[in-house]
Amino acid sequence: MKHLSALYHALDATTKTGRKVDVLVKAFTSMPSDDVLWSIALLLGKRPRRICTTTELRQWATMAAQISPWLFDECYAAVGDLAETIAMLVHGGHTERQESLAATMASLEELRSTSDDVRAAAITSRWQTQTADDCLVFNKLLTGGFRVGVSRGLVVRALAVVFQADEATITHRLMGNWTPNTITLDQLMAADSVVADAAKPYPFCLASPLDAAPEHLGLVDEYRAEWKWDGIRAQLVHRGGRLYVWSRGEELITDRFPELDVLRGILPDPLVLDGELLAMDNTTVLPFAHLQKRISRRTISAAMVRAVPVRFMAYDVLEHGYDCRHLAYHERRRLLETIVEPLGASMPITISPTIQASEWSHLEDARQRARALGTEGLMLKRRDAPYQPGRTKGVWWKWKVEPYTVDAVMIYAQAGHGNRASQFTDYTFAIWKDGALVPFAKAYSGLTKAEIARVDAFVKANTKERFGPVRTVVPSMVFELAFEGLQRSARHKSGVAVRFPRIVRIRDDKTADQADSHQTILAMLDAHEQRT
Amino acid sequence: MLVPTSHGLYCPQGDFFIDPRRSVARAVITHGHSDHAYRGMDAYLCTQETVPILRHRLGAHGHYHGVRYGETVVMNGVRVSFHPAGHVIGSAQVRLEYAGEVWVVSGDYKRQADPFAVSFEPVRCSTFITETTFGLPIYRWPSPSVVAAEINNWWRENAAAGRTSIIQAYSLGKAQRIMGMVDASIGPMMATSAVHAMNTVLADAGHALPPWKNLAAVDRNEPLTGSLVITTGIDAALLRRCKDAATASASGWMAIRGFRRRGNHDRGFVVSDHTDWPDLMRTIRETGAERILATHGSTSAVVRTLQEQGLQAAELEDVGMERTE
Ligand SMILES: [Zn+2]
Repeated sequence: MKHLSALYHALDATTKTGRKVDVLVKAFTSMPSDDVLWSIALLLGKRPRRICTTTELRQWATMAAQISPWLFDECYAAVGDLAETIAMLVHGGHTERQESLAATMASLEELRSTSDDVRAAAITSRWQTQTADDCLVFNKLLTGGFRVGVSRGLVVRALAVVFQADEATITHRLMGNWTPNTITLDQLMAADSVVADAAKPYPFCLASPLDAAPEHLGLVDEYRAEWKWDGIRAQLVHRGGRLYVWSRGEELITDRFPELDVLRGILPDPLVLDGELLAMDNTTVLPFAHLQKRISRRTISAAMVRAVPVRFMAYDVLEHGYDCRHLAYHERRRLLETIVEPLGASMPITISPTIQASEWSHLEDARQRARALGTEGLMLKRRDAPYQPGRTKGVWWKWKVEPYTVDAVMIYAQAGHGNRASQFTDYTFAIWKDGALVPFAKAYSGLTKAEIARVDAFVKANTKERFGPVRTVVPSMVFELAFEGLQRSARHKSGVAVRFPRIVRIRDDKTADQADSHQTILAMLDAHEQRT
Repeated sequence: MLVPTSHGLYCPQGDFFIDPRRSVARAVITHGHSDHAYRGMDAYLCTQETVPILRHRLGAHGHYHGVRYGETVVMNGVRVSFHPAGHVIGSAQVRLEYAGEVWVVSGDYKRQADPFAVSFEPVRCSTFITETTFGLPIYRWPSPSVVAAEINNWWRENAAAGRTSIIQAYSLGKAQRIMGMVDASIGPMMATSAVHAMNTVLADAGHALPPWKNLAAVDRNEPLTGSLVITTGIDAALLRRCKDAATASASGWMAIRGFRRRGNHDRGFVVSDHTDWPDLMRTIRETGAERILATHGSTSAVVRTLQEQGLQAAELEDVGMERTE
């Protein structure tokens, strides 16, 4: 316990990531190996089931501290953290018994099957024989909220130093289904740990957002383009005659998708595929809300499976008899085709099609169709790159469709700054709400020089009023605006808060009364919220 | 015998105020902290040890009358005496006796040992007005030797890593207490202006403070690596001067992690000059008081707890101007 307690408080004492890594390295090299294993598990959020409820903890602490329940509540309100409140109230000042974390966890596990009185007495006696610091960490074990601002990435960085391996290797070794009761530290960190845990997936390769024109990436032939599917990113692990489905959040979600079980025994073994789970009606991708049900429901009925079948849209192969992540993407893709294509359409697996393009403009066109196909845009993957864990820049790009566009009417204009001071370049746009135009967003980028000149002339010719530098204009010019984000907001007159507005184009084809309304924007938000 | 007023706690029989906030003719002062000793009183009565502190803080020309601990002054028939409160140098509880009734105003106090403040002495009384700044059972101070070891380790580690240690503390009380509790062999101690000025006043008055240097008088190019800087405030200029610094604050609030983290310091040490919960309860018992009035901090929790124990208790601010015989 003392090692974990020291680690917890050392991590808690600093907000600097560099220092956190140093603290972890020092702890991992000085603790007994069982404690290292348990500490890793706890830091990664793998926690044992609780042995008592928070209500029980409060009752026991109130009795141990010999105070009234209302006074416990006052203390809790002052501290704001249950584990800490209890530690402050009942700690014994010094720690009498030093035992390993593994021993503590084992003795807690034994308490699980005992009576309320026995558990209360055992927990109380531990409180009263520990320092406040140790008691706090002990309580964090009991309440299961072991959060100390340490991400998985920091644990990986520290272990990479301690075990002298690269971070990708460590990330991979930490994945999977293990608990400190099923594995030793040596086994977990062994080179062949994948063999030891047949379920273990690989660290996912993540895409970076592309927010400039694609031309700067180089030649279009250096990339392979696919749709960016709007489903659940997943790895299909088929080893030892068993099939496992892992989400990107490293959750085992096999039982959510019973229809995939037919692939067991049919796919090569061992095999690991990367792809996307999609709800599909024949070849049409259904809205994300259908998949959401699979994740949120406790049991998946046969009727649900029939009503909304799910397919695995495969786009990469990571293991095929051997770890093939080092192969170039175009080689892995060829391998993937030889695996998936022979299976036929009756199997719940499809290969993610390649979008043919000999020029970037072909992909620009494809991107315009992306939303209609129920996708989020395009993925651009370097043909010669190996499969790399994490967000390695330049390997995979996600080229998303503009998230939201709204047609709005210009109502105010203001002169710009610096060399744009002589022109009206900053505009306020309005949407319809209850029959009136209400201000909605400000934008001053996205137009060409010629377009700015045109708008400037319009403002000068259509000024209604002047308020200092601001002009009110006749509301007749409509613009298409794009936003990174839109959100309901009670504080804004329009009822909507916007993020990163940008002018896409002037909508000469629309008149002011055809601009979007508050209701249409809320409907768009509703549609989006069902998917996230 | 005492009633809270807008000017402060008033004794109608003696016609004086205790720790008044606004100008009055006669002020009885428990100790030199700025929330107890205000400017503008015609005359001040306090302990001998507090006089130089008031002179330093409130101006050299006031009428300060200092008395020894335990000495009695009679004001319009009210017998007034000062008794050690253990809070800071010169701090006192004020005992009032009139027509056979005894009241004690605790002022700020603590029961833990302090290197310079005279230790608290419980005084029997019928009404005890106690401070309750830390009046919740979560507040149980670690022993000063444990905290001293923590501060020493921190200072030593910083020194070994080539860093300067900066600790934030009040200029009166906390600063000297820290200087007295740490291991002065680790490195030099430096005081910023307010701390240096207060130290000088106290040393001149005969208190045996450990050696310190006035930071302002140290050559600007001299590195401060390994020093312990004691300061009332940490600002950008000080951090620049110290180059690589580790910062800490020392207070009872540091017992709560949330305060430690929000405090923007690397470390928080639990060093309080106020009483914790167990000592608060013990002190109330030791005074033998039938009636307890609580002031500052968690007054309501203390009052309700005492009432549950069968004592007569109220929040001082609720007492009001009921009777002024
Ligand atoms: Zn004070």
